[in-house]
Amino acid sequence: MLKQMEGSRAVAEAVALCRPEVVCAYPISPQTHIVEAVGEMVKDGSLSPCEFINVESEFAAMSVAIGSSATGARTYTATASQGLLFMAEAVYNASGLGLPIVMTVANRAIGAPINIWNDHSDALSQRDSGWLQIFAETNQEALDLHIQAFRLAEELSLPIMVCMDGFILTHAYERVDMPTQEQVDAYLPKYEPRQVLDPADPVSIGAMVGPEAFMEVRYLAHAKQMEALKLIPAYAAEFKAVFGRDSGGLVHTYKADDADTIVVAMGSVLGTIKDVVDEMREAGHKIGVLGITLFRPFPITQVRAALQGAKRVVVLEKSMAIGLGGILAVNVRMALSALPIDVYTVVAGLGGRAITMRSLHALFRKAEKDDIDPITFLDLNRAVVDKQLERERATRRSGPAAEAILRDIGVVAAKLA
Amino acid sequence: MFQVRIHGRGGQGVVTAAEMLSIAAFDEGRHAQAFPSFGSERTGAPVVAFCRIADKEIRLREPIMEPDALIIQDPTLLHQVDVFSGLKPDGYILINTSKTFAELGLADLVRGRPAERLCTVPATEIALRCVGRPVPNVPLLAGFAAISGILKLDSVTKAIEDKFSGKVAAGNVAAATEAYNTVRKALEEMAHA
Repeated sequence: MLKQMEGSRAVAEAVALCRPEVVCAYPISPQTHIVEAVGEMVKDGSLSPCEFINVESEFAAMSVAIGSSATGARTYTATASQGLLFMAEAVYNASGLGLPIVMTVANRAIGAPINIWNDHSDALSQRDSGWLQIFAETNQEALDLHIQAFRLAEELSLPIMVCMDGFILTHAYERVDMPTQEQVDAYLPKYEPRQVLDPADPVSIGAMVGPEAFMEVRYLAHAKQMEALKLIPAYAAEFKAVFGRDSGGLVHTYKADDADTIVVAMGSVLGTIKDVVDEMREAGHKIGVLGITLFRPFPITQVRAALQGAKRVVVLEKSMAIGLGGILAVNVRMALSALPIDVYTVVAGLGGRAITMRSLHALFRKAEKDDIDPITFLDLNRAVVDKQLERERATRRSGPAAEAILRDIGVVAAKLA
Repeated sequence: MFQVRIHGRGGQGVVTAAEMLSIAAFDEGRHAQAFPSFGSERTGAPVVAFCRIADKEIRLREPIMEPDALIIQDPTLLHQVDVFSGLKPDGYILINTSKTFAELGLADLVRGRPAERLCTVPATEIALRCVGRPVPNVPLLAGFAAISGILKLDSVTKAIEDKFSGKVAAGNVAAATEAYNTVRKALEEMAHA
């Protein structure tokens, strides 16, 4: 049924249709609306049986999720930003133990400086944690990916982060097609766990493993994650058969077949990029897009196949590897190894900086002429950076940088006097 | 695509207004996208929300920098925030006030703009009378429907009933109807003048 609703609400309703048995969460913007809405559904009985557990921190949220998943309950939680970092130790345990928890990450920057707005730093900081990571482009896709995520997680016995851009998607009202309970029930089988803490059939979970077997257990995690590359296209096809629309998959191309320049990105910014590409195509530019839906495991073969005909690739990412450049770009470069294709890294939208069509038009036109740096920071205010660097050169006690920059650009900063 | 930017202060229902606008447009079979400016909203702080309306899927996610219409829920913002930034030359302006544009000191700013696209609505007064609270968002939405013709009053009413229920919904429907009729009447008088 078509509805106009907030992205968070849409995800909450989709999660409820998946019949989770335990939901535990600690509120943090911009994820809060999702678990609030799930909590309301548990309280009013529309989601039943389900236990909603208020916890005292994100570390507790993931710890409770591990416990409930280990007893064979379908388990869901959500977080963002510092919340994800705070639960990081348990995040690794969930995947190491092979527990199919589904978690929404409402993507938000990581401090310091403190910032509540969107970028991909939080999810990407956990890219090697052993969780699968899928990125939604729209609220429809966010909704759909949660349904697919439960199926995939439980089949593989691995946890999944469904990543959606904080505020840009979570707080946006747009049209979504909400499936029926019958459709979701037809698509998502009952959870059959591989391991259960059951007093009637006791096992222990979480062995200490020494050098004699640690590598083998870890290798298995890698091998299992790679299975997702086969399962996801099959599940996306089945999803289409049941729900009647394309959602999920590994990667998606847009006007890329004959493109000399292909822009690679993840998440909601793909929409803005496609609008720019449409206008540039009309003006005769041979430019296209590759959207990465699945970030972990990274679909190297599919990325290579989609990009190998291009002359250059522009990786536009809402994240950065400090001391190196890009995170997504490094992954894309690996997929293109030994191919004569220039790969440009563009770091954009950090901490919620708007990524505008105007800036993208200028960027892509320069990229087409190979007139951009290997690493570009889109719309960086260079003068402000230079001023701070000069201040640091001139004065040993130059003071806190963030406050100084806020004063320079005229925003009231922490210093009150 | 038609793009609306709504300015107000925390507590005036700015974000809710954009959401209701998108629901009303959806009710008329159109695509709509509403989103807030993602500030740390506090009561009284300047808040911005956006709504795009189109006949096909809306993919664009940038903030609205060149709006087709501005709804200004609090006239005190005129001295604090560049609310008119990027407004298209033939764009609509709705301001919550019982004053005229000239009385607000905006005569120079609106010179040359089409008069039938400029409108003031005493929305806070209407809301106080009909809803019992100073929430100007709904009467302004109805005023926007009246001046732009983009939406029917009926769709605004449906959006109100989607967001609110009981007495609050009924009060807001009454406020919307009054604001809609006031603006229609003013437009008709202008046409006959």
